[in-house]
Amino acid sequence: MTKSALVIGGGIAGIQASLDLADRGVHVYLVEKDATIGGAMSRLDKTFPTNDCSACILSPKMADCAGHPNISLLTYHEVMKVDGVAGDFKVTVKKKARYVIAEECTGCADCVAKCPSKNIPDQYEFGLSTRRAIHIPHAQAVPRVAIIDPDNCRMIQSGKCGICAKVCQKGAINYDDKDEEIVINVGSIIAANGFAVWDANIASEYGYGRFDNVITSMEFERYMCASGCTGGHITMPSSGEEPKRIAFVQCCGSRSQKDGWKKYCSSICCMQATKEAMLTKEHIAEVQEDIYFMDIRSYGKEFEDYIHRAENQYGIGMHRGARVSNLEEDPETKQIIVNYTDEENNGRSEVYDLVVLSVALAPPKGVKEFADTLGIELNEHGFCKTTVFDPLATSREGVFVTGAFAAPKDIPTSVAEASGASAKAAKYIVGEGFVPAAPKKYPAEKDVSGLDPRVGVWVCHCGTNIAGTIDVKAVAEYASKLPGVAYATDVVYACAQDALAEISEAIKEHDLNRVVVASCTPRTHEPLFRESARDGGLNPYLVNMANIRDQCSWIHMQAAGAATEKAKDLIRMAIAKSKLLEPLQGADVPVIQTAAVVGGGITGMTAALDLAAQGFTTYLVEKEKELGGFARNFKHKEDGVSVSDFLQKTIDAVNSNDLIKVYTGVSVVDIPGYVGNFKLKLSNGAEIETGAVLLAIGAEQYQPTEFNYGKDPKVMTILEAENKIDAGAFNGKNVAFISCVGSRNDDVAYCSRVCCSGSLRNAIQIKMNNPMANVTYFHKDVRTYGFRESLYFLASQLGINFVRYPVGNGLPSYDGNVVKAFDSTLGEEIEVPVDAVVLAAGIAPNPESQNIAQMVKVPISKDGFFFEAHQKLRPVDFATEGVYVAGAAHWPKFMDECMAQASGAASRMVTIISKPNRVSEGIVASVNPNRCDGCGVCEGCCDYNAIKIVDCGNGKYKSDVNPALCKGCGSCVASCPSGAMEQAGFKTSQIIAEIDAYLGGE
Amino acid sequence: MADFEPKIVSFCCNWCSYAGADGAGVARLQMPTNFRIIRTMCSARIDPEFVLRAFSKGADGVMILGCHPADCHYIGGNYRARRRISLLRIVLEQYGFDPRRLKLEWVSASESTKFQDTVTGFVNTIKELGPTPLVKVELPAEAKEAE
Repeated sequence: MTKSALVIGGGIAGIQASLDLADRGVHVYLVEKDATIGGAMSRLDKTFPTNDCSACILSPKMADCAGHPNISLLTYHEVMKVDGVAGDFKVTVKKKARYVIAEECTGCADCVAKCPSKNIPDQYEFGLSTRRAIHIPHAQAVPRVAIIDPDNCRMIQSGKCGICAKVCQKGAINYDDKDEEIVINVGSIIAANGFAVWDANIASEYGYGRFDNVITSMEFERYMCASGCTGGHITMPSSGEEPKRIAFVQCCGSRSQKDGWKKYCSSICCMQATKEAMLTKEHIAEVQEDIYFMDIRSYGKEFEDYIHRAENQYGIGMHRGARVSNLEEDPETKQIIVNYTDEENNGRSEVYDLVVLSVALAPPKGVKEFADTLGIELNEHGFCKTTVFDPLATSREGVFVTGAFAAPKDIPTSVAEASGASAKAAKYIVGEGFVPAAPKKYPAEKDVSGLDPRVGVWVCHCGTNIAGTIDVKAVAEYASKLPGVAYATDVVYACAQDALAEISEAIKEHDLNRVVVASCTPRTHEPLFRESARDGGLNPYLVNMANIRDQCSWIHMQAAGAATEKAKDLIRMAIAKSKLLEPLQGADVPVIQTAAVVGGGITGMTAALDLAAQGFTTYLVEKEKELGGFARNFKHKEDGVSVSDFLQKTIDAVNSNDLIKVYTGVSVVDIPGYVGNFKLKLSNGAEIETGAVLLAIGAEQYQPTEFNYGKDPKVMTILEAENKIDAGAFNGKNVAFISCVGSRNDDVAYCSRVCCSGSLRNAIQIKMNNPMANVTYFHKDVRTYGFRESLYFLASQLGINFVRYPVGNGLPSYDGNVVKAFDSTLGEEIEVPVDAVVLAAGIAPNPESQNIAQMVKVPISKDGFFFEAHQKLRPVDFATEGVYVAGAAHWPKFMDECMAQASGAASRMVTIISKPNRVSEGIVASVNPNRCDGCGVCEGCCDYNAIKIVDCGNGKYKSDVNPALCKGCGSCVASCPSGAMEQAGFKTSQIIAEIDAYLGGE
Repeated sequence: MADFEPKIVSFCCNWCSYAGADGAGVARLQMPTNFRIIRTMCSARIDPEFVLRAFSKGADGVMILGCHPADCHYIGGNYRARRRISLLRIVLEQYGFDPRRLKLEWVSASESTKFQDTVTGFVNTIKELGPTPLVKVELPAEAKEAE
C-alpha cells in the first residue's frame, strides 16, 4: 500500500519539505498547530542579504502548498500520539475546534467587521495590535479562513451574541464545534516545528516590558512591515513619533551563562539587526543607528559585504566588542539610556529614542511534550538531538528533523535541509509497490481564437515595496482606461493566496482572455500567475508581467513621479504584448531517470547515497584517484566518532552500492544537453546520459603566503597542525593561532566561516594534551555560531588567550620568534613569543568552478563560488533547470552542513528524475512553410541542432524545427531573411507592439 | 538641453542582463528612469528591425544587454548579437545616424553594479547627444493607411 508522509510545522522548512515530497508524487499531511501556515518567516519584513520582501518570496510557496493536489493541509491541528515503526506509523492528530467550517468560509471577513468582542491582543502581531474574537489570522493567511477565539467569544461564553452566524451568508459558523481526533497512516515523519522567540522579560536589566521604547527584534519587524501594526511606519511606542536615534543590542538571551539565558549563539541576529538598521534608513533617512555587539557574525554567503555596506554606505555605527550592561529609562522623555563598556573596556552611556533587543532563538514552546509524543531525544539546549554525521536524523528511525528545530539557523539553510529531510523521508515510502499520486486536474482551457482581447490587469503594491514609491492606485486607474482592458485593480500582494484565487475567479467572472500582472520579476513569479490562469481555465501562456518593482520602484526610489510614469509605460507595453499572445502547449519530453554527481567528496557521496536509496542509478565522477575529497585532511572526532572512520564507512557504502557507478581519476570535459537529457562527456572518453546533474566539486584551502609560510617550519595551517597533533608530533608550547589568513581582507573580502571553529577545535586539543601550553588566538571576531559557541566557552575556560586585533586589511606581524599585534581591548600593542604559529587559512573556491559553470551555463558569484537561483528560497537550484549545487562549491561550510545540503540537492534532483516525462517549455521556434524558401541560414545559427533543412522533393527545401530540441533562444528568428521563423511568446509582432506602445504613447 | 529627458529602449536577455537588472533592484541601486526594458530570452533574438523600429518611433537611444562572451545561456547567441549589431551600427552611420545611440554591452546576472553604471553612462551619453534627429513627419492619410 502506498503510504503518505507527515510533515509537522508549516513554516518555511515544513512548506519546502512538503513541496519536495509532493512534487515527487508522495502524498503529504502537513500539520500546523496555528490556523495558518507561514511560520516565523511570514512575520518578517525583509530578508538578508538580498533585502527581498519576505511575504513576496514566501507567499508563492504558501500558495503552492495550498493548491498542491498531493498536500493535505491540516492547519489548527496537533500531533497527539505516534505509534508504530518507520515505514508504518499510526499518528493520532487532533483537529482543534475552529468554530468556523473551513470548507464553507470564503474569507470575506464580513463576520470580523461585525464582531462586538474587540481589543484582544493579536498574538500574530506579538500583541502590538488588536483583533476581534472572530478573526482571520493575517492578511496573507493560508488558508484564508476565519477562526473564533472561544475565550473571548460572547456566544460561546454566555450564549448571548451570535452576530457572526447571522452575518455569514455561507452558514460557516458552528458554535458547537468540538475538538476531534483523526488517525493517519504514514511511512515517515519530518519534524519542522521551528523555534520560539526567547522571552525578553528574563533580561530584566534591559527593562523590556517596563520601558515603552524597548522592543524586540521580532516586534521591530512588525513595525517595519507594510502589513504590520503601524502600517510600515517606524514609531516610538511611547509617543507614536518617529525615532531619531535607535540602538540595537545584540545577544539578548544568547551567548551567556546567566540563569535563563542561552549558552549558544542564535546564529542569525547579527545579520537581522544589520538588515533592520539598513532598512530603517529607507523609512527614516536621517535616523542615526548603532549596533552593539561582542563579535559580528557575518559568516554566510555575501554576508560580510552586507555588513560593510551597512557601515560604509548607510553609516550605521558598528560597536565591536561592546557589552551593554543595562538600560535605563528617562521617566520624562521616555528615552532609553544604554550603558555599555566599549571595545577598550571603558564604561559609556548613550541616549536613544528606541532600543531594539536582538532576542535569542529558543526551542519551540512545549518542546519536551512534543519530543515525548514523537519519541525523540533533545540535546542539552532543548533542540532536537542530531549528530554531525547524520544531521537530519532524530534518535527515532523514520523521524527526521529540519529547520530551526535542530538548531537556530537562517532561511536558506532551513530550506536546503528541508529538501534534505524530504529525501530521507521519501526512502521509507517510495519502495516497491509505490504508486505516485495523480497529477493536478485543471478546468478545460477556454478557446480564445478569434476573440477580441479582454485583458485583466492586476497592479501589486507589494506592501510598500512598490506602493512606497509608485502611486499604485493611479497606475491601476490608468490601466483600466487602456483599450482592450476589461478589468483592472490594485492588490496589496498579488502573490498571496487570496489574490491568486481572485485572478482565477476574475477570469471567469469578467470573461477575461489575457492576464497582465504588474508586480515583481517574471523570473521568479511568472509560474505562479500562469498557474492562476490555468486554474481559471486560461492557457498559462496568455499571462504577461510588467516588472514595476525590481526594475522600477526599487531602482527609482528618489524619483517617485517619474517612477509612476515609468510604471504606466511598462504596463501599457505589457498589455500591448499580451493582446497578441497566443495559447501554447509544451511538448512531452522523455526524461532519463538517472542522476549524475560531479565531485566525490562527502557532499557528492551523501547525495549519491540518497539518490540510490530512492532507487535511482547515480553516476559519481571524481577527478582524484580516490573518493573522499577535502574531508580526507581531517583527523578529529565529531560526536565521538573520528572523521576518517566515518569517511571510510561512507566510501565503502558508495562502492558497495549497485546503483552507484563510480568513476575516479576522471574529470568532466563537457555537459551538453538540457533538463532531463544531459550528457556528461568524461576525460576517459566515456559518455553518461542523465536527467539531472549535481555540482559538488567542493572548495580548497587558501594557500598562505603570509607569515613566511612554507619557509618557516614553525608556521603551519590548521590542517597541518591537526595532522601533527593526531600523530603526536605537535610540540609547540607557545602557540599562536592567527585568524582570517586569506579571508576578510582587500583581496578576499568574505569570511570563510569554518576557520574560527577549526582553530578553536585544535587550540582546545593542544591545551588538553598539554595544559601548560600558552595558546593565544588572534582574531577580528570569533565566529563560533550556533552550538559551536561551546567551543569558544570551553577554550576560554581552558585558559586560551583571546586577542582581538582591529578589523582591516592588516594581520599581526611576525619576525620568526614573536607575534606582534594591536590588542583592541588593552588599546596597546602586545608581543607574544611563539614556537608555533597556526594560520587559520581560509577557504578558496575550486578553480574548476569557472570551467564547469560554462559547461552548464550557470553563474559564478563575485567571490568565485557557484551562484544559486535564489539566495533565500532556492539555495541548491540553479536558474538552469536540472542542474544543482551543494556543499563547499556553494559556500564554505561544515561537514554536517555539506551533508544536509547534499541531501537537499538529491531531493531536488528526484523531483525531476522521478517522472518519465516532463512537459517542455512552450516558448520554441516554428516555421511558416509558406514563407520559407529553405535558404538554411537558420540551420547554421542553431547551436542545438534543432533545425533541419528538409528536402520536399521537386527541388524545394524547407526548414523544420524539432520542438523537443529547441531551447527557445530566438536566434534563428532574427536571422531569417524571409520572416518565416517565429518564436512563440516572443513573436516579432509582439516585440514590435511593446516598442510601439512605449514610444507611441497611448 | 538641461531638461531633456531621453527615451531609451533597452533589450535585456532573460538569463544575464535581465537578472542583473533585477539584482540592481534587490540591491536598491539607484539610476535614471529614462529607459524601458523589453525582455527577450537571448540577445540573439534582437532583430535589427527592432532597433530600427525603435529609432523610427522616436527613441533617443537603444541599449542591448547580453551575457558575457562565452557565458551565453544558449551557447553562442551573444556572438550572433554582436555581429548583427556591429553591422547595424555601420548601416546607421552610412545613413548619417550617430551610432553612439546604439549600445551593446555585456552584463551578467551578478553584475548589478555594472547594470547601474551602464544605464547611467548611456543616459548621460544620450543627454550629451541631445534628442534624436529623426523628426516625426505627419504622413498623408493614404500613406498612414498603407502603414
